[in-house]
Amino acid sequence: MKSKYLALAIASLLAWAGPAGAQGKLNVMTTTEDLASITREVGGDRIVVESIARGYQDPHFVEAKPSFILKLQRADMLVVVGRELEIGWLPPLIQQSRNAKIQPGADGYVDASLQARILDLPQGQITRAMGDVHPLGNPHYWLDPENGKVIARTVAAKLSAFRPNDKAYFDQRLADFTSRLTEAQKRWMSMMAPYKGVKVVTYHRSYTNFADRFGLDVIGYVEPRPGIPPTPQHTLDLVNEMQRQNVKIVLVEPYFDLKTPNAIGRQTGAQVLVLPPSVGGSKEVPDYFKLFDNDVTVLMNAIKQSGTK
Amino acid sequence: MRTSRVIGTAFALGLLIDPSAVQAQAPAPAPMQDAALAQALRAEIEQLRKDFEARLAALEARLTSAGGPPPAAAPGAVTPSPPTAEVPAGAQGAGGPGGTLPVYGNVSAASKIFNPDMAVIGNFIGVGGKNDVRREPALAMREAEASFQAIVDPYARADFFMAFGEQGVDLEEGYITFPTLPGGLLMKVGKMRAAFGKVNTFHTHQLPWPDRPLVTENLIGGEEGMADAGLSFARLIPNRWMFLEATGQVFRGDSGDLFTSHRRQDLSYVGHLRGYQDINESTNIDLGGSYARGHNPSGALVDDPDPSRFTTTLFGVDATLRWRPLRRSIYRSFVARSELVWNRREQPDGRQDGAGFFVSGDYQFARRWFAGARLDQSDRADEAALRDNGGSVFLTYWPSEYSQIRGQYRRTTYADGPTANEFLFQFQFSIGAHGAHPF
Repeated sequence: MKSKYLALAIASLLAWAGPAGAQGKLNVMTTTEDLASITREVGGDRIVVESIARGYQDPHFVEAKPSFILKLQRADMLVVVGRELEIGWLPPLIQQSRNAKIQPGADGYVDASLQARILDLPQGQITRAMGDVHPLGNPHYWLDPENGKVIARTVAAKLSAFRPNDKAYFDQRLADFTSRLTEAQKRWMSMMAPYKGVKVVTYHRSYTNFADRFGLDVIGYVEPRPGIPPTPQHTLDLVNEMQRQNVKIVLVEPYFDLKTPNAIGRQTGAQVLVLPPSVGGSKEVPDYFKLFDNDVTVLMNAIKQSGTK
Repeated sequence: MRTSRVIGTAFALGLLIDPSAVQAQAPAPAPMQDAALAQALRAEIEQLRKDFEARLAALEARLTSAGGPPPAAAPGAVTPSPPTAEVPAGAQGAGGPGGTLPVYGNVSAASKIFNPDMAVIGNFIGVGGKNDVRREPALAMREAEASFQAIVDPYARADFFMAFGEQGVDLEEGYITFPTLPGGLLMKVGKMRAAFGKVNTFHTHQLPWPDRPLVTENLIGGEEGMADAGLSFARLIPNRWMFLEATGQVFRGDSGDLFTSHRRQDLSYVGHLRGYQDINESTNIDLGGSYARGHNPSGALVDDPDPSRFTTTLFGVDATLRWRPLRRSIYRSFVARSELVWNRREQPDGRQDGAGFFVSGDYQFARRWFAGARLDQSDRADEAALRDNGGSVFLTYWPSEYSQIRGQYRRTTYADGPTANEFLFQFQFSIGAHGAHPF
């Protein structure tokens, strides 16, 4: 008897339905603040957009908090970085969201990487002996304004598909964003042009696309392998290599410990720059334009100061 | 695969481009080559080269996007050329074969792209010290858990976890999940770990300890925990304050020593209510209340004519407090957990009302180092007057995300036996697909 009452109680609890009210604005979730910034540029006031991860947090290790489940439950569209960047935390969130619109393969699931230019695509056999390698290529591709335009195009097409009536609005905003970004990119390129080929060391492989676009030569990494913390031997080798090649810049993401980079800096005389790889990575980079403004300026000043060429 | 496609494409393009280059040159009368003609030819060839490069780049970009995540990929869109292998230099002329050799076996990516994500997690445990109550071997490959996970169709996904022990194989979990049913229901069907508290839902390798707490051992089915074949429904309860999820589960009624189904009606039921709230971006709290009821095996042991009348009812409360500063999330974290369980067991010799709990804390003090402690206390399920007490300290080292080494000192005072002082060490290692981090 008792069990029947219990089953009834559970059933009534489960049946307590509360459908979310239909919203006028399209509700877009993104996994990172970079995608949120670009989506905001394109979507304007016709959408509401929010990011799961913060820009100052390691995007590989976001916690799958249930509060994100609630946000995903209400989303019309989910824009992801892809390339397995979010593999450790996004799948359980999507699954528990109970939202058919954003399941992988559904219309509202947008992988921003599909048209982007992806670097570090592994050749040949890969194993975890190489560290936490991304078999589908380097997922930090948003740090190239050209890819920013591609992401914006992908997002705009999706937004228009969801809201055909607003297509002209989204297209106009996309064109505006693209032209502003092209202008800004010219400025950034000319700022960096005198320093083409400057050798740098980075902590993780987050700046590969950035280096490729702005002509930096990344000669080594503080991590011996992706996702593997620094080891004394590797640090020693790196210091020797930096001295041999006269490398004076070390780039560090804001979420890594500065102990080893600072030690490398002391031994080689190199400057250690905490360079946000994402929108929101520091106060100075609240949007996609400011991200490059800041990173290019900081880098340019550091190179000038170091006197290397 | 990708490389061979690119080579194949490049080769095909090369074939296309060669004749046009020849055509471009053919009309030129050989003896009358003047500077202007040569210049025009050069420009034309240069133009062709540019066209070719642009096309190749476009094709490569398409190939790159075709190699994306499985759902986006269009298998069979590009027909791969038959795989071949080059004969090593030097083999030719030494009696060996020449040229290229076919590669046998199915190497078509299209047939493998739908394979489930597979992983194997090894769990090796060593125990030192003396314990007359809980007899565990000195060294044991306790478990090798094989997991197979994939999306079934647009409506469902499936997860299988097979536990290979030294004695045999056990289906630890195997279920299908329908994540997008009407009414916001999340339905699971199959064999699964019951949603009773938090620790019971963890697989052995997800636990922050090598062993399970005393309360699990004594009241919630021991090492295997509460796991059974059945159906599970979970629903989010909308409210403006917090994340609230209600889960209702119906099982066959067989779960180790805990529940036994004597007849078909002897089902067991589990209910769980979970509340979660972010305190700030670094700190959050997770609270749960659980209920379980099923038929216990005590009647069958004394050949009672109606063994089904002996039931076990469990109530549980769980709390988890997590702290992880986002800027230093890979270096520092703290998790405090506690579960309290009340047990009411009808037996031929009367009712036993017991209780148990654990409290634990785990602090991550470096990127790869964790230290923790746990306090245990639990009555025995079939004799509530017997109360066991325990305490443990832990140290964990993670060489990488895929392996961990853990040591535990455990002191247990058994109600009916001597105190046991033990040292446990554990090696855990995982190969294959990258699973989700437990939360």
